[in-house]
Amino acid sequence: MSEIFIENHNQKLKDLIFKRRLWNIFIIISLLIAVLLSSSIIDINSSRLLNGLPRLGDYISQILPSLDSSSLFLDSNKEGSIAYWYFNLPKYLKLLFETFNMALLATIIGSSIALLLSFLSAKNTAPNSFIYFMTRRTLEFFRGVPEIIFAILFVWALGIGPIAGIIAMTLHTTGSLGKLFSEVHENSDIKPREALKASGGNWPSEMKFGLLPQVLPNLISYTLLRFEINIRASTILGFVGAGGIGQELYLVINFNYYEEVSAIILLIILTVISIDLLSEYLRKNVIEVDNVR
Amino acid sequence: MSDKEIINLHPRIFYPLWKRSPLSIITSLLIFLYIIFSINYFNFSIEDLLNGFSKMKPILYSMVNWNDFLSWNFNSILIGILQTLAMAFLGTLAASIISIPLGLMASRQVVRISFPRFIIRRFLDFIRGVDILIWALIFVRAFGLGPFSGVLAIFVADTGTLSKLYSEAADNSDNKQIEGLTSSGANKLSTLRFGLIPQVMPIFISQSLYFFESNSRSAVILGIVGAGGIGLQLSERMKAQYWDQAFFIIIIILIMVAAIDRLSRFLREKIINI
Repeated sequence: MSEIFIENHNQKLKDLIFKRRLWNIFIIISLLIAVLLSSSIIDINSSRLLNGLPRLGDYISQILPSLDSSSLFLDSNKEGSIAYWYFNLPKYLKLLFETFNMALLATIIGSSIALLLSFLSAKNTAPNSFIYFMTRRTLEFFRGVPEIIFAILFVWALGIGPIAGIIAMTLHTTGSLGKLFSEVHENSDIKPREALKASGGNWPSEMKFGLLPQVLPNLISYTLLRFEINIRASTILGFVGAGGIGQELYLVINFNYYEEVSAIILLIILTVISIDLLSEYLRKNVIEVDNVR
Repeated sequence: MSDKEIINLHPRIFYPLWKRSPLSIITSLLIFLYIIFSINYFNFSIEDLLNGFSKMKPILYSMVNWNDFLSWNFNSILIGILQTLAMAFLGTLAASIISIPLGLMASRQVVRISFPRFIIRRFLDFIRGVDILIWALIFVRAFGLGPFSGVLAIFVADTGTLSKLYSEAADNSDNKQIEGLTSSGANKLSTLRFGLIPQVMPIFISQSLYFFESNSRSAVILGIVGAGGIGLQLSERMKAQYWDQAFFIIIIILIMVAAIDRLSRFLREKIINI
């Protein structure tokens, strides 16, 4: 009896393994076909890669600063010093400040609009299904179009400068935060709102006292995450003339001011990482403490 | 109970707002001051904005006015879409392959010594600090215009993020299976192959699929710096002010992204169920 059982079991196991292998082979073959197809579409071949790699190495070695250990801390007239590498630092800092402000302002305005719209686009707070549908589709559109595309459009209309970038980022922030916020609303507990309604509260006070206290920690956390994303985005909006340090980066890359490229990129990385750390700290400590209280 | 008694019973709730949550008052005040500051800083003026938006009116009009629809160059749009998809696919695949060893090496579960882990993590942070468009610009300088530079940009930018996610997945994996294998005498390689990989592979694959999805969005914008794909077609048309065709391409992009969303969600559910 038990032998038959074991045999059966082994047979089943073999079948399973066979099926699994078949699946794996199928997946690998289809991946290979997809790779071949894609490579032929974008015209990749190994010779191009092999020719390009040394050029990439050259480029990277060119943009790296030629620092000299003996004159590292001398003033900006001496080649090989950090001050020589960052001779343009005041300008960069000014642009970084602009970049930071673009992201912050777009986050503030975008999240405020998103908060207003999120009540209309959450199933449990929307006044009626038509408004719900329309707001959802609008938010989807603003979220779906990359901000840099909006930026091109606004640069054309408003002229070169940070305002075009701010508006572009605001639209995109509204789209994505509006969706996230409304999902938070949909996951909220309905009981506090029902209690408020039962004791005669009107719609605004229902939202303010029944919904917001529940969802606020989540909303702030999403907004901070979005701020991180916007900091990144605002460093590149300058490529199309929408302000910030991207404009300078685009210029130095295209004019081959080699050492300045690495100087700016390093500054951008430092900014992005420090903002990420700050926002992570705020999200982990400040908001959760607030939530418990 | 009179009102006063209730108020005395729950003093915190009935305090005036500034006493109840001074933090929120301070925050609102700061935000208000900041907005006033930035209006000055950016020289916001309602007039300029209105002027700009009145300039946009004809753009918006021409966006929806497709009177020469049949004469558009649909071929280049189709090629652009295919290129974008191919770029996203190849970039994500290459990044996924290299992220497996990198992610495992950055994981506590695999490398017990903290120093190499630290180095790899900082390296990944460095890669992630640079936006994909900056990578694209650099690769365009090094390899020339075209989708190939876009693939490399996606590859590099994704390696930074995917490796980090992979290493976190490996960190969160269950230790018991690895311990079981170790205690029955398996060497390091087979503990990885049979203890760790089966646990993390579905997560890896679903994350890669998710990245393919998000890359089909980012591949769209790579064309703006000349790294090929539909973004090139779009930005060319926007520069030449063919707003109608640009709007058409935006719609096509939205449809493409939605379709890939669906496909990737379907595949992710399938993979989790296998």
